[in-house]
Amino acid sequence: MSSKEKVFTKRLDYAFLSVYNGYVFFLRFFREAFRGRMEFPELVKQCYAIGYKALLLISLTGFITGMVFTKQSRPSLAEFGATSWLPSLVSIAIVRALAALVTALICSGKVGSSIGAELGSMRVTEQIDAMEVSAVNPFKFLVVTRVLASTITIPILMFYCTLVSLLGAFLNVTLNEGTSFIAFFENAFEQITFLDIGTSLVKAIAYGFTIGIVGCYQGYNASKGTEGVGKAANASVVISMFLIFIEEVIIVQVSNYFRI
Amino acid sequence: MAKTIDHSTQVISVKDLYKSFGDLHVLRGVNLEVSKGENVVVLGRSGTGKSVLIKILVGLLKQDKGSALVLGQEVSQLNEKELRQLRLKIGFSFQNSALYDSMTVRENLEFPLVRNVEGLSRAEINDKVESVLDAVGLLQTINQAPSELSGGQRKRIGIARTLILEPEIMLYDEPTAGLDPITCIEINELINEVQEKFHTSAIIITHDLTCARQTGDRIAMLLDGHFTKQGTFEEVFAENDERIKSFYDYNFIQ
Repeated sequence: MSSKEKVFTKRLDYAFLSVYNGYVFFLRFFREAFRGRMEFPELVKQCYAIGYKALLLISLTGFITGMVFTKQSRPSLAEFGATSWLPSLVSIAIVRALAALVTALICSGKVGSSIGAELGSMRVTEQIDAMEVSAVNPFKFLVVTRVLASTITIPILMFYCTLVSLLGAFLNVTLNEGTSFIAFFENAFEQITFLDIGTSLVKAIAYGFTIGIVGCYQGYNASKGTEGVGKAANASVVISMFLIFIEEVIIVQVSNYFRI
Repeated sequence: MAKTIDHSTQVISVKDLYKSFGDLHVLRGVNLEVSKGENVVVLGRSGTGKSVLIKILVGLLKQDKGSALVLGQEVSQLNEKELRQLRLKIGFSFQNSALYDSMTVRENLEFPLVRNVEGLSRAEINDKVESVLDAVGLLQTINQAPSELSGGQRKRIGIARTLILEPEIMLYDEPTAGLDPITCIEINELINEVQEKFHTSAIIITHDLTCARQTGDRIAMLLDGHFTKQGTFEEVFAENDERIKSFYDYNFIQ
């Protein structure tokens, strides 16, 4: 076997091993989540931390997304004299796709990296080992609480992002068309169905879980000192973003099946 | 106070232990016994597998071959619940203290206590925390964050955190690494005080000969993956082995 083939084989082995280890970690989460005493104070603390960390960024990005999307959509609708459809168009885009994606991407960068770095740092400074040798289950305390916290908090942030984005859209519409607040929201929610809201909720839960579990996996298995902490934080963001887009495609396909 | 070592009771018994990491053979046939009430110092250069040995004893690593009995139980054969029960009887002091950064000193000490001892009232928890902090002489740091402590204080708090569960065995990983000579002596004294007050047996991993001489009832010299010499400090360093002599010569206590 040539040296190039050896390197390729080694990388392939590593890739398969990583997928397998990720799968084992995923299964362990469910085993530990339903076993023994839940660390409720830590869960509440993590929910607060995740919500608090991402709130300002989500407020800003959500508002700007709603406003810019409305601004960019106006010329196309104006060509057909259909600017009155702007509220419905914007709300469909926000509720069905934008709010969940914007929230997930912001949280992936802000929360996922933070979880990866925090657990990675705890791993390389032997704090996780210290928990283990003092007969405390570090997986239950660190991983289960963080994954549950992101799974619970990100859907809440997604609904908040929807609201803020719609406010951004309203501001743009009212400045240009003079539409009233009530008229805008009546028009906006006319086209929104429970399926849209349900699909968004499912998406946000899936994204929240993904961000939590990927961040925890990367941090929990960090190695090689401070370099490993950086890699864990970076991989948490890159891998969770990649998985979020794959989940988006799958969930949209499934929801479209129900829509028809 | 004179030390009472019960040589008829072995709390740790390691036989023919092997451990490798890939092509690196770290432990190659290690044998070691620790009697009840005894402090055994494991000396050796960096990378000789001293920390690996105690990590095997506490179940953080698994040996490739051989046996590691702690309090009569083969560590590698224990299931999760049994290992947890055994760990309650072992205190492990980490090289870098491994204090939980996000918690105060009080929370660090409470953390293992409230999760392992059921039915404690708030007053009992406070009493326990304050009593172990007092034992290590750092009661005044109770509400401080680990980042506000000096290296020596962190070591002491790390030891206090292990003492809160009243372990039978203490494993110290480089207790004096990175500390100034005076703090090193204070830590050595603390190790001896812990043994006297809490009647523990201990393995102390170090390459600091002052620490070895002050704390060890017996010294075990780890060279080439196994113990080449065991005995009192004087017995070990009376050897003509060039490697042991050079280890002595490069330390500060010539």
